[in-house]
Amino acid sequence: MLEGIPARQRAKERAIEGLLFLAGVSSILVTTAIAAILIYESSAFFREVSVVEFLTDTMWTPLFAEPRYGILPLLAGTVLSASVGLLVAIPLGLTIAIYLSEFASERMRETVKPVLELLAGIPTVVFGYFALFLVTPLLQRTVLPDLPGFNVLSAGIVIGIMIVPYVSSLAEDAMRAVPMSLREGSFAMGANRVETALKVVVPAAFSGIAAACILAASRAVGETMVVAIAAGQQPNLTLDPTQPAATITAYIVQVSLGDLPHASIGYQSIFAAGLTLFVLTLLFNLAGHALRRRFREIYE
Amino acid sequence: MSGGALSAEAAARGMPRASVGRLRSNADLIFAAIGLVALMIGVLTLTALIVDLAVRGLPRLDLQFLTSFPSRRPAQAGILSAWVGTALVMLVTAVVTIPLGIAAAIYLEEYAPKNRLTAVIEVNVSNLAGVPSIIYGLLALGLFVYLLGLGRSILTAGLTLALLVLPIIIVATREALRAVPPTVREAAYALGATRWRVIADHLLPYSSGGIATGVIIALSRAIGETAPLITIGALTFIAFLPAPPVRPEFPFVSFQWLFDPFTVLPIQMFNWVSRPGTDFLPNAAAAGLVLILMTIAMNLTAIYIRIRVRRKVKW
Repeated sequence: MLEGIPARQRAKERAIEGLLFLAGVSSILVTTAIAAILIYESSAFFREVSVVEFLTDTMWTPLFAEPRYGILPLLAGTVLSASVGLLVAIPLGLTIAIYLSEFASERMRETVKPVLELLAGIPTVVFGYFALFLVTPLLQRTVLPDLPGFNVLSAGIVIGIMIVPYVSSLAEDAMRAVPMSLREGSFAMGANRVETALKVVVPAAFSGIAAACILAASRAVGETMVVAIAAGQQPNLTLDPTQPAATITAYIVQVSLGDLPHASIGYQSIFAAGLTLFVLTLLFNLAGHALRRRFREIYE
Repeated sequence: MSGGALSAEAAARGMPRASVGRLRSNADLIFAAIGLVALMIGVLTLTALIVDLAVRGLPRLDLQFLTSFPSRRPAQAGILSAWVGTALVMLVTAVVTIPLGIAAAIYLEEYAPKNRLTAVIEVNVSNLAGVPSIIYGLLALGLFVYLLGLGRSILTAGLTLALLVLPIIIVATREALRAVPPTVREAAYALGATRWRVIADHLLPYSSGGIATGVIIALSRAIGETAPLITIGALTFIAFLPAPPVRPEFPFVSFQWLFDPFTVLPIQMFNWVSRPGTDFLPNAAAAGLVLILMTIAMNLTAIYIRIRVRRKVKW
């Protein structure tokens, strides 16, 4: 494309392309840097603590006089709060997606989607406030009078509401990509809209919907401020959501708020915890995006 | 919901009229009602949140609140250092992430050959968008604070948030560029324009609305981020302002502020929320109100620009 162009201009074009290329590769540098820093700092941690102890010990007390380094309590807290979140977000999000894709008018969709986007744009620290000062008191006054002030349940519910827009917009995209001919075939057989939506569109968009749920799970697992504020911060190996518990993210926040010296084992422990979280979310993200791509290949 | 609305919808989606079934069975009506209820839960949550923040925070939100430093006495505490910090951090973030993100998107959309490297970059960008924000905080702590020695400064915070929102800008810019029809490019090339001239004179101006939307959404996300800044050790109690950017003597500008410690609005709010007791609750609510109004205003601007662009540009 550069033939017949004066040399100076050609040099300029090349230089611009080079600069743009550098910008394009920068995203790879960010990922590499994340992985490198996490592995570098955690390797110092794993020289002190064996991987087996890290993965199997049931106590996480790195800042105690007799420290124990078992990630399981933090992992349990993470899985628990994310599960509560998904139990709220998936039914709500999928219902909204089906409604917007198969039932709502164009006008309705145009009005509602920006509101959902606003919900997704609210700072998480505000959602933390919401969980601690609105949801927990509400639960205490209504169904669970014995609920402690800090608990996983409220944090999980709020995380769920937070990621509803995420589930609904990805799932709606998937359902709207299902060709009209499938719906027409179903209507022609005399099916009504609910039957068409649930028995034709949802199965046809299944991998796209699954991707939406997996990507939402990754969000829920990585959520930090809501759990740091509302779920309490003591590591607790429990699967009871009405108890307080710490997540991986809440532990990192807790340590960062203190003033740990650089290169101490406490400092390194947040990188080991972070590496665990990074691997977890990376697996979710890779699976989610692979499913999404597969879904796109089917219909586009 | 009438059949007429549905046909209009069918027409808008480019479907034949007859293809859309009517809401004729009870099951359809019931499901439509369930769908509306699900939607309402989201909308009501948003409303409850704003009303609660307003009821608890509005009485506290006055000029004194905006012009005071944090204090041990709730009635005297304010968000001066927090909003100044937020503004300065956002400035750094915007200066770094906007050019970098747009340039990366232009490369991926207009230059990148279809090869392995490009495929890796594509997967990488979508994965980066899903990395939890606190991981970016750990990256910044290890890289910017200790390895590069930038300290717990405004510069570190700005760079951290710049990396965090980079994927948002890349994705939005690519979508905006993709929306410009290939005929525009072909026509410009046919007139002898070089690739860069096509981009600078045609593609960027035509996609500026979409890019602006992405930039605003990215910055509104950055403004509310708390976790990565806690990780790099942003202080929660700052009773002074960063060095001023202008000085009375030569060379008149100063970049000392880049290296000053700081706090930002979400961290100030977190500090007040996490105190035992409820003395600081009105302060937390007032800070939350400021924060939420800022992000809602930014999001509404983005939505407005998007709707205007969609209405104005018909290819």
